[in-house]
Amino acid sequence: MQALVKRYKFLFTSTKGLVLMGIAFCALISAFFGLLSGPMADFGVKDVVVKLFNINLIEAEREGRLIILYHTIAMIVVAIETYIITDLVAMKENQRIAINGTITVGYLAVVFGGLPFAYWGHTWPLHGLYVAGLALIFFAGCYLAYALWPWRDEYKVTDKEYAHTRAGYSLERVAFFAMTMTTLASALFGAVPGSYYGNGFETFLAENVVRDPFKPALDLSIIGHLHIMLALIAIAATLIICRWMDFKGIWHKMAMPLMIIGSIVLAMGTWLVVPFETAAHFIIYGGSTLAMLGALFLVIFSWRKLIREGLARKGLKKGNFFQSVAALVSDPVKFGPTWQMVFMNFTVSGIGIFVAVKLDEIFRQWQFMDERLILTGHWHILATLTATIILFYYVDLAGIKGKARKWFGWGLIISSDLAFGAISVYEMKRLFVDEAVQQPVTNLLTVLGDVGLITVLVILAAVMVWRLIDLFKKKGRWAKEVDERLAHVPEVKS
Amino acid sequence: MKRLFLCLMITLFLLTACQAVDFDAPAPVYETGIDSNAWATIPAGPFFEGQFNHNASIDYNYDMMITLVTNAQYVDYLNAALADGSIKLVDEQIVGFYEGDPFNNGRHEEEVPAGDYIYIPVDNRAALRYQFDGKQFTVKDTWENHPMTFVSWFGAKAYCEYYDGRLPTEQEWEKAARGTDIRPYAWGYELARNNANFITSRDPFENMSTFGSRTTPVGFYNGKSYDGYQTLDSASPFGLYDTAGNVWEWTSNIYEQEHYRYMRGGSKDLYEANLRVWMRNNARPTYISPAIGFRCAR
Repeated sequence: MQALVKRYKFLFTSTKGLVLMGIAFCALISAFFGLLSGPMADFGVKDVVVKLFNINLIEAEREGRLIILYHTIAMIVVAIETYIITDLVAMKENQRIAINGTITVGYLAVVFGGLPFAYWGHTWPLHGLYVAGLALIFFAGCYLAYALWPWRDEYKVTDKEYAHTRAGYSLERVAFFAMTMTTLASALFGAVPGSYYGNGFETFLAENVVRDPFKPALDLSIIGHLHIMLALIAIAATLIICRWMDFKGIWHKMAMPLMIIGSIVLAMGTWLVVPFETAAHFIIYGGSTLAMLGALFLVIFSWRKLIREGLARKGLKKGNFFQSVAALVSDPVKFGPTWQMVFMNFTVSGIGIFVAVKLDEIFRQWQFMDERLILTGHWHILATLTATIILFYYVDLAGIKGKARKWFGWGLIISSDLAFGAISVYEMKRLFVDEAVQQPVTNLLTVLGDVGLITVLVILAAVMVWRLIDLFKKKGRWAKEVDERLAHVPEVKS
Repeated sequence: MKRLFLCLMITLFLLTACQAVDFDAPAPVYETGIDSNAWATIPAGPFFEGQFNHNASIDYNYDMMITLVTNAQYVDYLNAALADGSIKLVDEQIVGFYEGDPFNNGRHEEEVPAGDYIYIPVDNRAALRYQFDGKQFTVKDTWENHPMTFVSWFGAKAYCEYYDGRLPTEQEWEKAARGTDIRPYAWGYELARNNANFITSRDPFENMSTFGSRTTPVGFYNGKSYDGYQTLDSASPFGLYDTAGNVWEWTSNIYEQEHYRYMRGGSKDLYEANLRVWMRNNARPTYISPAIGFRCAR
């Protein structure tokens, strides 16, 4: 009994345990529901799974099912980010416990209410549980915003290397606060139309209405909501990596105002999609440029730091180009997150901008199905790349060292980039191959994409199995982690 | 040695991706027994429209072709229309006159003024299932009873009107395909691989490792067995075939502030969710594709 209590304490109260549990839930949900689509459906696995688990797939409810599924995964990711933020950013212990507790109950309610409701018939109390879970997560977000309130004297910076106001308030804390506040407001932008469309299951996927010239306000609201939520989850991940990398100095002082203004302008732009769709796009471009510039400064800082540390490990103060590159990539787990941010520019931001600029000239010359493919690929890649960034951080937290660290790091970088590179080319294939002659190209890209994705899942599964085995050990790694905090919080007084 | 082997495998793999699609790869010839000249009458009355089963009604009887227009039928039309001068050959395209769309200056709207527009391409691309010797159109062997593809909205509209018909509206198409209940597919509530021609449906015309998914003869999914390949009878309640998969079907609607034309039914190149009766695709009216065809109403 005592053993169970100890493990319960690890999984439900420690930051590392909570993060581990969140990742495990994401992995299990992705693995199970991934069997219902893509290559698994082609191979007939879907039919077997549907029969074996008595899944109720009503065709008219497909969009609703998908919406609940990816909201469930998104809620877990939001919870994981929240656990990390409450540990990395200074706040009172009782606040940390209350926020983590609330959001944990929230996402568990979402998982155990939403998924059975979506896939195993409409048991209405489960839908109620799902909505209650979403509400709890929103409430935890409100409490997080309160706890992050930056204008408290006890949270002033003590080290002037970190971005701060003249009065000494931490700009990084302001950035976390701005991200949280805009996330809460943006969640409402989805919640209101969600309630409307959810009543009677008149659900739709945003990519299906993109060419409609007359979109009702609530449709536009949903389109704004999905864009900003993914962007803000990515911004939250970037801020977390800032802490992990101990981002400071001049780059930090330039980046933090950009992240703050970028988050606010970007969010406002997506909200303005409802009343002023055309003007809103320009505001969104402005906001995203600022936020991306902030992220670029993080990349510059962290790569310089990694080079410096890598050279120092070899006893060098300065190195030539090749030595510097070798130093930069010597720890793939630390190199991974910022590399993925750079890679995101090719597979997400770059393609997004290109499509927006050439929309009428190229993409609206295609049939709608080809344009829809880009939209679907676009947000899948953004979401999954963000997930890999969090995974790199977790693996560092879990203390993987030596060869396993290298294998994990390079495995995740290479396989995820292979997959998302292939998918990016796949979604843009009409630029270079006609529909009639596309099959060999499609086959190659599909295989590359599947190999990459399967490898990512296998790597994730390996980490999860490793941690599961550890849980059965009396004095496993978990026993140490139960009382460990993520990191020293250097920029504020404790 | 291991590295060499790996390099060889990758090179081989990449080379296989570079191979061209063989459009002359043999395809079986099957007589489906379904008459492509037959029409079904759809009676006036209410039906359920769209994914969320909104109440709708069409207050007149109308006829719909029970199959898609075949290559043979379209080639007959081309020869007749070419002979009487209602279409002409310009720059490797068959073109004809269209009176133009009303232009509303919508955000992404393109103007479609009166003028000559492409019906079909007449170039050397191997994917075409018809050929032109300078005087006469003929269908390439084995593809006579397959749906006509590479036809623009203008070409589809012109065909129907040539024979005193018209393209169906989206509403007409949906009612004809669905009947009067809330089924998502013409034949019912679930889709099996031998209900329709969709991607990886493993029909006798498909080979995903080489040329991919190809069209099936119109009316193919009628419960018959073809060399051991057993199909399910997948006609709609009003007797229409191929309303799910095979090729998208042009419809007639022209919407305000849009130049796009809408298609229904899904295609051989898409997953089953796109075959649901309410799913829509759209493209410019000049768009041509190996996965787009049509049927007529009257």
